[in-house]
Amino acid sequence: MALISETTPETHPGSTVPRVQLDDLTFTYPRGGHRLTGVTLTVEESEVCCLLGPNGAGKTTLLRCLLGLLRPRQGSVRVGGHDVAALSARELARLVAYVPQSASTPFPFTALGIAVMGRTPHLRALASPSAADRRGALEQLDRLGVARLADRLFAQLSGGERQLVLLARALVQQAPVLVLDEPTAALDYGNEVRILQVITELARDGHSVIMTSHQPSHALTYSDRAVLMKDGQVVATGHPDEVVTGESLGGLYGVPVHVTGIDLHAGDGKHTVRTCVPIPAQLTPEHNGRTGRR
Amino acid sequence: MSAPPPTIPLSPTAQPSTGPPAAAEKPADPVEPTLPVKARIRLRPADSGRAVALVVVLLVLVVISFGLGRYSLSPVTVVRILAHEIAGIGAGPRGQDRAVVMNVRLPRILAALLVGAALSSSGAAYQTMFRNPLVSPEVLGVAAGAGFGASVSILIGLPTAALQTISFGCGLLAAVLAVTIARVVGRGSLIILVLGGVIIGAMFNAMISSAQYLANPETTLPEITFWLFGNLGRASMHSLIVPSVIIGVCLVVLYAVRWPLTVLATGDDEARSLGVNRTRIWAVTITASTLMTATAVSIAGIIGWVGLVVPHLARFAVGPLFNRMLPVTTALGAAYLLVVDDVARTATTLDLPLGILTALIGAPFFVALLAKAGRQWL
Repeated sequence: MALISETTPETHPGSTVPRVQLDDLTFTYPRGGHRLTGVTLTVEESEVCCLLGPNGAGKTTLLRCLLGLLRPRQGSVRVGGHDVAALSARELARLVAYVPQSASTPFPFTALGIAVMGRTPHLRALASPSAADRRGALEQLDRLGVARLADRLFAQLSGGERQLVLLARALVQQAPVLVLDEPTAALDYGNEVRILQVITELARDGHSVIMTSHQPSHALTYSDRAVLMKDGQVVATGHPDEVVTGESLGGLYGVPVHVTGIDLHAGDGKHTVRTCVPIPAQLTPEHNGRTGRR
Repeated sequence: MSAPPPTIPLSPTAQPSTGPPAAAEKPADPVEPTLPVKARIRLRPADSGRAVALVVVLLVLVVISFGLGRYSLSPVTVVRILAHEIAGIGAGPRGQDRAVVMNVRLPRILAALLVGAALSSSGAAYQTMFRNPLVSPEVLGVAAGAGFGASVSILIGLPTAALQTISFGCGLLAAVLAVTIARVVGRGSLIILVLGGVIIGAMFNAMISSAQYLANPETTLPEITFWLFGNLGRASMHSLIVPSVIIGVCLVVLYAVRWPLTVLATGDDEARSLGVNRTRIWAVTITASTLMTATAVSIAGIIGWVGLVVPHLARFAVGPLFNRMLPVTTALGAAYLLVVDDVARTATTLDLPLGILTALIGAPFFVALLAKAGRQWL
């Protein structure tokens, strides 16, 4: 298959085709429920794109369309110029890797057993993974610093360790696009920060990352592009500094939020990290809707 | 924030893009070298040795089984007869020994191996596909359907060949009905498929009871009852040709989908995003497992527990990856049913019903396995 190279996460090196392009995407569930209306979105190489929005905004539906799990009623999803609807599961798996919120299986798979499953779209027909495939999986576990967990049972790992193993599986898949559904939802604070830093490192290595989050600060601190969604529509999209504001978050979630910047001094000078805090109820009545501005 | 906190490490922006993300390293072991870890992990598990051992054990059991019975034979005699009959080596032994080995015990042993392999392999495939360690080959109502077919055949007095065919057909019908329920009502949901199997199984069991109610208590009722208990004594070489072809082909088919099936055990959406065509693997697995189960039941009647317990034993031995588990399950299932059938035909002067024995042995055995391995592997 000439679609993608076997070893590097490059779709079309040096091409002008966007990595991921959603064009006028519309989706309706057969019995109503969540839906998407006219979603248009572009994600480039080496970019972290963070989807924000209240429950039921359509974030997960969008990811499922991108993963080929749902067929859009109208519009198109293109990855590296290829229409997702026209690709087989195997072809799509070489372009897009998925890291679920959590994985559960009743069987005692080891961490290495889970990670090596990332080789599935690269195996020859009727084959099962070889020693070389297992070595490759072990290398990706090592890259994320969890090679020591390879022989442990996946179900007995901590939430953060499991997430790293699932991330390693996605790297084994060698797909240029990583899709993560609330990757830090079940993690403690330390693991949350660690996972998000790994994700930004992977983007720097050339991956396109598309993730959902319930924490606006994830978009502010770690993303290159924020997408605000509500009722199945994209409300705003752009650099997080521009689109994630107190006002836009207030409109999105219906609660007063204050966005602020904190200056951190490191070896090479001053860095401004933006974050957000909810405004306590006793401070809101007279400031409602205005406090987000500085 | 008035005082600048210089200790807060920022993301290493200055690092070249090829550097591994050190942020993921646990702070507890920052200097732990990774190479010893790599060396410790066996990349090619020593499976082949274990597989050879299993095949040798199976062959020894087969030879011993040929010798067991009211007319007992030494292993040497058995090997000499088999070598002469199969490979044409050596002189032909005494007529009576030969008749016992080739006409009486060979079909029965072959049936035990086939039925044990079929039931345990389809059980392992179903457990993996449904992601449920409690599933057995009867999950789609196949055994009840096949039992109903056999009961009706006995009721109207059909010969053995017709009984086996009708029993096989009704087993398939039960699975087709369960799959139809899942497709029409549940739009392909696996949970609706299991429920559909429960419903169809209950329906056919009620119809088996009806057949028993209508049967003649002197003649056909005991015959139906004994058939349902499970027995390998009915097998003849002639009647095993078609079943062995079906079971052999289905085992090869299951082996062909061993890796996608392994991936399916981690979740449908995940398998799809890893490049597995879910619908195709489901269809292949259900077809192969149903054909094997219906074949096994049509030969031997209803033999429970083998398809539930043996996959657990195999998983305990070589882990849950279906590609490694399947060959072990097949060999172990064949060996298990062979041994249980040896007990059934030698323990008493009666031929004990096999289905009752597998349950009596299987249940406490399963409890022991649970106690030993417990949460580790379930």
